[in-house]
Amino acid sequence: MGKREEMIKEIKELMLQPERIRNMGIAAHIDHGKTTLSDNLLAGAGMISEELAGKQLVLDFDEQEQARGITINAANVSMIHEYGGQKYLVNLIDTPGHVDFGGDVTRAMRAIDGAIIVVDAVEGVMPQTETVLRQALREYVKPVLFINKVDRLIKELKLTPQQMQERFVKVITDVNRLIRKYAPKEFRDKWLVNVNDGSVAFGSAYYNWALSVPYMKKTGVSFKDIIDLTNAGDLKTLRKKAPLHVVVLDMVVRHLPNPVEAQKYRIPHLWRGEVESEIGQSMASCDPKGKMAMIVTKIIIDKHAGEVATGRVWSGTVKTGQEVHIITAKRKARIQQVGIYMGPERVNMEAVPAGNIVAVTGLKDAMAGETVAEEPIEPFEALHYTSEPVVTVAIEAKNVKDLPRLIEALRQLAKEDPTLHVKIDEETGQHLLSGMGELHLEVKLVHLKEQWGVDVDVSEPIVVYRESITKQSPIVEGKSPNKHNRFYIVIEPMPDEIYQAIREGEIPEGRPKDTKAVAKKLAELGMDYDIARGIVDIYNGNMFLDNTKGLQYLNEVMDLLIDGFHQAMDEGPLAREPVMKVIVRLVDAKIHEDNVHRGPAQIYPAIRTAIHCAMMKSNPVLYEPYQKVVINVPYEYMGSVSREMNQRRGQLIDMKQEGEVMIIISEAPVAEMFGFAGAIRGATSGRALWSTEHAGFKRVPTELAVNIIRQIRQRKGLNPNPPTEKDICPQQ
Amino acid sequence: MPIYFIGLGLYDEKDITLKGLEIARKCDVVFAEFYTSLLAGTTIEKIEQQIGKSIKLLSREDVELNFEKIVLNNAKERDVAFLTAGDPMVATTHADLRIRAKQMGVRSYVIHAPSIYSAISITGLQVYKFGKSASVAYPEKNWFPTSHYEVIKENKERGLHTLLFLDIKAEQKKYMTANEAMNILLQVEEMKKEGIFTEDTLVVILARAGSLAPTLKAGYVREMIKGDFGKQPHILIVPGKLHIVEAEYLVEFANAPKEILKEV
Repeated sequence: MGKREEMIKEIKELMLQPERIRNMGIAAHIDHGKTTLSDNLLAGAGMISEELAGKQLVLDFDEQEQARGITINAANVSMIHEYGGQKYLVNLIDTPGHVDFGGDVTRAMRAIDGAIIVVDAVEGVMPQTETVLRQALREYVKPVLFINKVDRLIKELKLTPQQMQERFVKVITDVNRLIRKYAPKEFRDKWLVNVNDGSVAFGSAYYNWALSVPYMKKTGVSFKDIIDLTNAGDLKTLRKKAPLHVVVLDMVVRHLPNPVEAQKYRIPHLWRGEVESEIGQSMASCDPKGKMAMIVTKIIIDKHAGEVATGRVWSGTVKTGQEVHIITAKRKARIQQVGIYMGPERVNMEAVPAGNIVAVTGLKDAMAGETVAEEPIEPFEALHYTSEPVVTVAIEAKNVKDLPRLIEALRQLAKEDPTLHVKIDEETGQHLLSGMGELHLEVKLVHLKEQWGVDVDVSEPIVVYRESITKQSPIVEGKSPNKHNRFYIVIEPMPDEIYQAIREGEIPEGRPKDTKAVAKKLAELGMDYDIARGIVDIYNGNMFLDNTKGLQYLNEVMDLLIDGFHQAMDEGPLAREPVMKVIVRLVDAKIHEDNVHRGPAQIYPAIRTAIHCAMMKSNPVLYEPYQKVVINVPYEYMGSVSREMNQRRGQLIDMKQEGEVMIIISEAPVAEMFGFAGAIRGATSGRALWSTEHAGFKRVPTELAVNIIRQIRQRKGLNPNPPTEKDICPQQ
Repeated sequence: MPIYFIGLGLYDEKDITLKGLEIARKCDVVFAEFYTSLLAGTTIEKIEQQIGKSIKLLSREDVELNFEKIVLNNAKERDVAFLTAGDPMVATTHADLRIRAKQMGVRSYVIHAPSIYSAISITGLQVYKFGKSASVAYPEKNWFPTSHYEVIKENKERGLHTLLFLDIKAEQKKYMTANEAMNILLQVEEMKKEGIFTEDTLVVILARAGSLAPTLKAGYVREMIKGDFGKQPHILIVPGKLHIVEAEYLVEFANAPKEILKEV
């Protein structure tokens, strides 16, 4: 039996024993060495050749990723690790670290129970370290810490062991501060990382070595040995004495939970169904004999197999030929192939039981985030994304004959990546692609060309603004076209605390199942409980409340009112940009007796016009997306950096000095950040290291707003003059 | 100058009253809408011939959103007729149009014509024993109204008959058949399971009311749902408690099963 066959056989045995499985990911700030770590773990576990590891970046199997040197698409691998005389199956999901790809990170978090947080020993904890750690903890993913690039402390910075230790303590303290801040209450203390118990390791992913306190105790290898070997350049011995994969995977097996342990506390938080139900119990106990239920975290297109959906099996066993329900899409499908990953390669299996990461084909209508189950069940919480689309490009096929193919490609792209928003306009042939940043869109456009062979003309990137309000409206009446239905609403700006709670997922978007719980939460955040009890729907950071009492027929039009509310929020009155932070309260209604006189054609315009008219009476304003920009630069370039940021309406937030390097933190509107990469390189002779973070939305200064509204309206083919109250509100 | 709301009656161009016809002939402008009901036995051209004037056909949007601009503005200097199927103020939402006319200072008159509310008398069911009416609508995305089920239930509890109007989608030329309506009601029954509209429920179906050859059938849903009632428009009636004469009439004229005589 060849090595490969043997490995497959072992995986087959291990995947049946959930207590021997670890589902984990690696998350880090960009360039902190995540992909190198993944590759060397794989190599160590015998999944790829050791010589190639650290050079080949196997997980970056998308050619584009290799060219850019950053990991873009999360891929999955399974590997085997021996610890304490037992073999373990470690499923690893690689996650991208660039802020523009936040959606992928969040999706991957859903499928894993634990994560290695990688921090660069030289740079320390960075903004995205905080972001990914927050995402992990919110999904009840337990962290361990790997402090990377220690070789640079030794060789470049030539720190003494004492100084090095101080660095480590600082990193660990910073990480624990974040864990304390973001971990679920019950784990706030339990999940802190600790050098002595081995939940912290340090080393060099690139040179393939690592150390932890338990490993040093067991083997007698000391930190001094490492320093000496590094200085002597004897990498081979170093690798043998303190092999990276052994130390790190020991940490994973020892400190990250197995699926049986993890699902017990994760299911009640990730799933909104009744935990006491049969399927709830089966998922919470990771029962391979229960009814099958899984969540899709990623969809990729394979040249041979077509659409491959990867996901986490919570309950039951995924089998070839199984008929399943795709819950949110309300479709049925038959599973064709079932498999797991080894590196970029998929290995087919007959069946994959609960607790594993699975790859399946045949789920035609599934999107990333979708719940798939043997029987219809309550879907999992919609995955929440920390970034939202802020940049749009308009694209057109260069060649008319590519038109149908382009539409197909766009639909597919949107399906693979829910953070990508696609608006297809078959009439004009000009389609809109919205994403989380310039880079995010660039990558998708390259996909379009390389994987689909479609050449497109691309417009300059356009910022996606938001519309909102600044004060409460009076009671506004909305009439249906036949005038037999009337809705009375009041709208008001959403307080920041509530908006944050929605953004953070503490209050889930959508129609709450348990309105009492949401109302209680809203009351804690300062809303009047009697008003909060009317909560009906939360949509893109806006809220719809029913504060009427005992109105007949209202329940029959409620779905239509919510649809109309969504329509009003998708395109605001000022420039038809999305609306945010608006609370709409229905306070009274008159509804026609008979249902044909209150169908969609009557109700949609009634509520939509009422909301838009109310917005015009509430001092409407425009918001724009901001980025937090962190720039590391030698002292002498400080002036150039400040100038560059000033020109871009940037505001300085903080400045720190670390040795020779200045760390400049500022915030700037996305609208001003186009082409920043080239500009900052020029201004600092390429000496600046920088990264960005989504920093939410801020009000556009009034003196700029009118002009921006004009431009947007013109682009959309509307009358360029900003509308007044008279234009939006119906004549009485 | 006034606006005349004139009913065209139920079936063809000859159902309009003599008064309505005379007024329509002398009006300067004639408008009509057919989105609330269907005159199955005629065409616009025949009506135009009958009144000797061309008719401006209005869509739902014209009537609901632009009635002032399109119709009422004309009435400032001219006599305007507004034709609708049936009676202009019954089974429509046109009361609102009269309010709007009044608010613009336009005088208005209503010229009645046969309405489905009087034509149902052909079923032999006594008109004063009808309760609240309801419509059965084509379900749409996120819209599956079920209030008709509640109406039938309330009426039945009080022994009253229920007249069900069937949906019209004039733009798509879709006119609901009694069979489709029964199907929808059975689906609602499936959801609510209160035994209000089942395969064993007695129903009365009247097709093409107002014509010389209307179809009138009574029977249990199980059989009726397979029946062919000819061209639309159809209406569906769910009888309440039957009087002996009502039952005898349904057996004689609507081919109702004789066993209903035992139930009265």
